[in-house]
Amino acid sequence: MDVLIVLMPLALGMGLLGLLAFLWSLRNRQFEDLDGAAWRGIADDD
Amino acid sequence: MSSLATDFTSFVRHKDGLAAIDLAVDGIQCAGCMTTIEKGLKSEPGLVSARVNLANKRVTIAWQDGRENPQGVISRLDEMGFKAYPFATEKVESAEAREERRLLRCVGVAAFAAMNVMLFSVSVWSGHETQMPAEMRDLFHWISALIALPTAAYAGRPFYESAMRALRAGAVNMDVPITLGVVLALAMSVFETMNSGEHAYFDGVVMLLFFLLIGRYLDQAMRRRTRDTAGHLAALRSETAVKFIGEHELSEVPISAVAAGDLVLVRPGQRVSVDGVVEAGRSEIDQSLVTGETRHQPVDVGSSVYAGTLNITGALRIRVARASEGTLLDEVETLLARATESRSAYVQLADRAARLYAPVVHVIAAATFLGWMLFGLAWQQALVIAITVLIITCPCALGLAIPAVQVVAAGALFRRGVLLGSGDALERLAAVDSVVFDKTGTLTLPAASIANAASIDPRDLQLAGRLALSSTHPLATVLAKAAKAADPLDGVKERPGLGLDAVHDGEQLRLGSAGHCGGDAGADASIKAMTDTLSEQHPDASFITFRRGDHIVVFAISQALRPDAAEAMAALGGLGLDLSILSGDRPAPVAKAAAALGIRLATADLKPAGKIAAIEALRSEGRRVLMVGDGINDAPALAAANVSMSPASAAHLTQNAADAVFLGDRLGPVVEAIRIARRARRIMVENLWLAVIYNAIAVPIAIAGHATPLVAALAMSGSSIIVTLNALRARA
Repeated sequence: MDVLIVLMPLALGMGLLGLLAFLWSLRNRQFEDLDGAAWRGIADDD
Repeated sequence: MSSLATDFTSFVRHKDGLAAIDLAVDGIQCAGCMTTIEKGLKSEPGLVSARVNLANKRVTIAWQDGRENPQGVISRLDEMGFKAYPFATEKVESAEAREERRLLRCVGVAAFAAMNVMLFSVSVWSGHETQMPAEMRDLFHWISALIALPTAAYAGRPFYESAMRALRAGAVNMDVPITLGVVLALAMSVFETMNSGEHAYFDGVVMLLFFLLIGRYLDQAMRRRTRDTAGHLAALRSETAVKFIGEHELSEVPISAVAAGDLVLVRPGQRVSVDGVVEAGRSEIDQSLVTGETRHQPVDVGSSVYAGTLNITGALRIRVARASEGTLLDEVETLLARATESRSAYVQLADRAARLYAPVVHVIAAATFLGWMLFGLAWQQALVIAITVLIITCPCALGLAIPAVQVVAAGALFRRGVLLGSGDALERLAAVDSVVFDKTGTLTLPAASIANAASIDPRDLQLAGRLALSSTHPLATVLAKAAKAADPLDGVKERPGLGLDAVHDGEQLRLGSAGHCGGDAGADASIKAMTDTLSEQHPDASFITFRRGDHIVVFAISQALRPDAAEAMAALGGLGLDLSILSGDRPAPVAKAAAALGIRLATADLKPAGKIAAIEALRSEGRRVLMVGDGINDAPALAAANVSMSPASAAHLTQNAADAVFLGDRLGPVVEAIRIARRARRIMVENLWLAVIYNAIAVPIAIAGHATPLVAALAMSGSSIIVTLNALRARA
């Protein structure tokens, strides 16, 4: 069970990283135009 | 249009040596347009970036400060076939957008917490079977508390604040039981953990917050979408003022090109967009938006008028004292305020459910506590069970049941060209069983010319056209355009639904219906003779009569049915709706339109009061009436009906009294609106029943004392997901 000492902070840290990434993208206005973002993904850039 | 250079300074934002402006763009339909615009602007020299927002149809461009003028980009867009207008985002993007981002942040935090707490909860639940040591379980509970407590403190604020506001106002809303449930559940869980107990509800609390926040966010997103569209339309259509650029020459200019000292014309039915003093004209002004005074204020030469007021009866020439900078903002806020007002008046489904819900839940919880006490349980244990009941009944599904459907349905309507002005319009539309149409401008579209122009003295046409400039009625608009009139007459009085009056060169002028211009036997006879002859020549036409002294002229303006009117009527009949026409036009064209559309009930020659009386008669029979008509000229009739729709081309969106407006030349959106509203309403009711069924199953388990955190988590998330999935069906 000692492995939990490592696993628990690791799991929480990864979750926290995800949260920070979300807040960062929110701050960068990446959620302002979800319709456009959906199409940009498949638009062919030359 | 004049080639006046628009002043963009109020729209431009400066940051880090870059200047940026937001443009509302007409004609962005799909992803194709998005790439066309972005690629097309890439070659524009001086531009640093151009980015299209497909959701709200805007383009943000940025350039090196001082290097470029947005005018160049606007012309470039024009060449590509897109009309662009500057848009003051910073002003409009006010509390609403901030609130939406705050909610999204809360959703993110709650999602993170829910996932991570669940990590520990699942371990505890499975550990229950494999005999997890008590110390380990307590450790897991403490870590859960460490995550859940700050999360609840942060992500729960939207609910606590709303609950506090309600309590301070002496009312109870849905957020009161939510807040109570969250606080009690957390307190109990901490208590349990300290005493090494088994039942900690940290996972339930954060999950509850997560689901409720999703519902709250959807609600906010829908309102923001309406707001965006309203602001967009305002920028596209109407941020203009009619300014005198010569003694007798008018020009429609962007509001930003109006400066203090300019002379502007405000027609009846238009909103005054500047602060100023009346130079000529006499009218009544509706100041209800500015002062709250509902009685109309008479104004005359020398009176002051303020931006945001509505000109009712006569055309006014106003000397600008202060050009209003915040006009767009004013207008959008007006629309929003109305939407919010109707939200509070919208005690329909959601709030009725909430009113029923709160007392019932609290009574059940109290009864559970007393019941177990009577059974001889220690008060601590009885309290634990009672709190469990409160947690289990927390209105997770109820909080999602209606906003989720509204968002989906409003999105579906939006794609079909219908904009909802108020949140409860959906529910009222669903209940409709009769539809009443206005004819001119609603069922039919006037042609852009006068059918009998050849036989009319140009001087009469000119004078009638100048008189018609003071009205927004569709026929008057055609007349003014056909006469190429640019110089409005002074002292014009509009009698809504009848016509216009003025005195010019000592002669009494009248323009409008036959009744308005007649009145004495001689005039009545000659009007009748003229219209009879004209009816034979132009059977489709609507007539507008002009009287100068005793001289009478009748203009015939051809009317064509909207392209899909017949199909739309057939479809409405198929939905089981009773259709009728209430028109102010003459019997012959009304009967013809009715026959072409298969509508049996058609009344012609109605004055506004007659329309209202007819609608009220229908309502007193217990009918629920949808009125479809022009947003300004039919405003009283629209207000008299249970719910109203109006073509967006007829009037400015925010001046529009209708609950919903539809875009384009087709009537199909009216049919779609009713169909989607009915479906949405059905799904809302289904969702409420799903929530009831969930409670009917979960509450007895909780009262019996068998509810565990696992049961609570499964029941809450299960019911929320089912309700959300069900809501998606409203798309069809």
